[in-house]
Amino acid sequence: MEINHIAVAGTLESSDAMVTIEPGYGNIELELSSSVMNQYGRQIKETILQTLSRLNVHSAKVTVVDKGALDCTLKARVECAVYRSCDMSNENLPWGGIIQ
Amino acid sequence: MIRRPTPERFRLRRTMMFMNAQKPGLIKDAYIYGCDSIILDLEDAVAENQKDAARFSLYHALTSIDYGNTEVIVRINGLDTPHWQEDIRVCVACGADGIRIAKCESAQDVKTVEQAVKKAEQEFGVELGRTLLMAALESPKGILNAYEICSASKRMFGVAISGGDFRKCMQTTFQPDGIDMIAARGYMLIAARAAGIQCFDTVFTNLDDEDGFLAELNQNKAMGFDGKSLINPKQIEPVHKIFAPTAKEVAQAEKIIKAYKEQSVAGVGVFTVDGKMIDLAFIPGAKRTLKLAEACGLYKGDLLL
Amino acid sequence: MINSVGREIPDFLLKNGRGVYQGKHHMDGMYIQKQAPRTRRYEKPQQTKVIDSIVLALENCGAKDGMTFSFHHHLRNGDYVANMVMKAAIEELGLKDLVIAATSLGDAHDPIAQYIEDGKIVGIQTSGIRGKIGEVVSSGKLKTPAIIRSHGGRPRAIEEGELHIDITFIAAPTSDCMGNCRGVGGKSDCGSMGYAMSDAKYADHVVVITDCLVDFPNYPASIEAIDVDNVVVVESIGNPKKIASAAARISQNPRDLMMAENVAKIIASTPYFKDGFSFQTGVGGPSLAANLFLEKYMDEKKITMGWAIGGICGPIVELLKKNKIKKIIDVQDFDLEAVNSIHRTPNHFEMSASQYANPANKGAFVNSLDFVVLAALEIDTDFNVNVLTGSDGILRGAPGGHPDTAAGSKVCIIVTPLTRGRMATVCEKVVTVTTPGDCVDVLVTDYGIAVNPLRQDLIECLDKASIPHLPIEQLKEKAYSLVGCPDDLQWEDKVVAVLQARDGSILDVVRKIKPYIIK
Repeated sequence: MEINHIAVAGTLESSDAMVTIEPGYGNIELELSSSVMNQYGRQIKETILQTLSRLNVHSAKVTVVDKGALDCTLKARVECAVYRSCDMSNENLPWGGIIQ
Repeated sequence: MIRRPTPERFRLRRTMMFMNAQKPGLIKDAYIYGCDSIILDLEDAVAENQKDAARFSLYHALTSIDYGNTEVIVRINGLDTPHWQEDIRVCVACGADGIRIAKCESAQDVKTVEQAVKKAEQEFGVELGRTLLMAALESPKGILNAYEICSASKRMFGVAISGGDFRKCMQTTFQPDGIDMIAARGYMLIAARAAGIQCFDTVFTNLDDEDGFLAELNQNKAMGFDGKSLINPKQIEPVHKIFAPTAKEVAQAEKIIKAYKEQSVAGVGVFTVDGKMIDLAFIPGAKRTLKLAEACGLYKGDLLL
Repeated sequence: MINSVGREIPDFLLKNGRGVYQGKHHMDGMYIQKQAPRTRRYEKPQQTKVIDSIVLALENCGAKDGMTFSFHHHLRNGDYVANMVMKAAIEELGLKDLVIAATSLGDAHDPIAQYIEDGKIVGIQTSGIRGKIGEVVSSGKLKTPAIIRSHGGRPRAIEEGELHIDITFIAAPTSDCMGNCRGVGGKSDCGSMGYAMSDAKYADHVVVITDCLVDFPNYPASIEAIDVDNVVVVESIGNPKKIASAAARISQNPRDLMMAENVAKIIASTPYFKDGFSFQTGVGGPSLAANLFLEKYMDEKKITMGWAIGGICGPIVELLKKNKIKKIIDVQDFDLEAVNSIHRTPNHFEMSASQYANPANKGAFVNSLDFVVLAALEIDTDFNVNVLTGSDGILRGAPGGHPDTAAGSKVCIIVTPLTRGRMATVCEKVVTVTTPGDCVDVLVTDYGIAVNPLRQDLIECLDKASIPHLPIEQLKEKAYSLVGCPDDLQWEDKVVAVLQARDGSILDVVRKIKPYIIK
């Protein structure tokens, strides 16, 4: 997917994550901060990159402020931000397709 | 990915607790409090500009969190909004057990939802008929059309009244003795029983009024409700306590089922228990009592097997 | 050397008779030699001990490089005194190589972190370490490892002479001109002054800092004039808003309430739950809420509580006022209701930290305690508890009375949610052992209850009362299935803090954490 414009999903509440996505320069540029960095930083990064790759996003600047979100929440926030950035978040989503 | 078992149309539903589908901290483990069903809310609890985000959360929560035996129902947005069709698609795709139709006013509303559910089941390769439906009646028109709504679909397992909006329509407010909604509750119960589906009472919103809550629960039980919608986990235990059968009721039900099992082997249809005549019509009630008793930890026997 | 909670203790720390932890009552029956305090003679008649400034008091008490200054934390996060004294000593008198021995250090003491970075403060001994000081110490900037002791271990160390205090500073809500101090009646009331008592008895010099000078004699006094060298009157000793919060309210969080109800159920299922039983609870959400449910069971059984101890807050005082508790013995007050009750409500008494929790006297209150309900940052499958280091390995907590009450009580219940955000509270190995698993009896989480297999008697009680419980390993697995298995923290060799068990042996060490880099 092509990132058309900047989009945000999620909140800074505990157990949530705020994901901001912007058009990139041919690669994925990830800026990650997390309240559980030392123990889960590696896994959080993996989840984010896997989700982007599943959505065929290969060029984006992604900023994630994680407040201890579970993987299912991270995926939901990343996907929502990506679909919002393409104005496609409201209908006919590929549930169970590239969203899984 | 979690695959939820095929939903059971007439399972135990004493407590149906609302949870905002948009709050990760809440939905991750709403089942720990022991309610029978949770209702993940895409409607009133979710702000208009977060409907999309709530669906993503819902999809991943249901496909990655094991809710165990707790039933998961989703309250979708009203048919007069631009959201309900996508709500139905995500519910079906992630394997929600059922859908709660908000502000339902006619059999047509149920059929409209049923059509969309069917289409989604086909689209996502879900077993046809898997996704159950229930309707919330929130207006005088909804109440008056209760019977046609209750009998509009084989997917319908129950009907609930939603007090907030209904009281406004009726130009009344909450009354401690329930007089404000007594007619509506009664009418809806009759319709639900006539259609053979379950019936649930509205939420009780004043969390500090424990006596008021208990009074309403006692009235609910006396009127014959199957359960109640809840807004807070601390309301679960009182409901389960009050809806539990008495020891006497359990003993009686046990005797009836025992006698029935023995007599039916001998081919007898009518028999007596403690001098009272019993026939087949008593059996479903006795079974329901034992099932309820089992869920409440009051019955551990094997008569239900 | 590996100690009995499986922690590797570096040999360089095992000298001067200091050994590794060997079990909860290992030193029972042994003798200690108490250090006799050294004190200055004031034979001449005196009009007043009030002196114009902290600097003058420091000079009068012979403050010099390398000394140990002590502080107590009854003013909690509102305390100004430690900062004022260290500023005077370092910035005005130019002292260096100082050691701070506090009963706890928190966010209020952030300015002190700079003196550690500058190398002016070279040692920290405390029962709690949070805020910037925790970060600076964790990053290895303190010259010697910080020494962390429990509230009971600290008076033991003072009495044994292991912790020698050159000058102690008493933050006094009221004092007279001779140094009789009380915790009530001023503009910065804190109630009990229990943690400061051993310091006042054993320090070479005692300086009272107050913002409310009252008529002599200020009686009955918590800190007595016979121990005091000087009194300094300042504009303000603390921020009253942060000293005592408004009445601690019982949590309405359904998760807390569910856990609290289970705690009360467990307590009621044991044979110790009888008329005259004793109890301590923390002020965390679920611990405090346990009071509410306990009251119900007490009413049902028609019994009253004999006594409650600990840090005290409103809900416990309420029970005293309703005659459901016979006596409260109080070492610290957490809210205004408790502050206003001590010395005023009959049967609400003050005690010292040594009376409260010292393992090396002839029987502190904790030794007679039936139940204690405590929180945890982490608890592992051996029931070891961590209340000191965060999941990032940084010092940000306080053992406080946790290890003392756990070791002394008949039933120690830890109550904590299974996960906090993405942190598994129930885990394979805690980052730091602050309370050894042999002192912990029951764990209550929102996902179930586990009983320490060492307590078969309690397992029977729970079974008899049909309270479901499961092995702690299952709770750990559930936690990891929710949040994922955490990566191990990466440490450097450098020891930044030594955690003493309450008996003085070494329970664990905290090392410097490596900066985290995602591969």
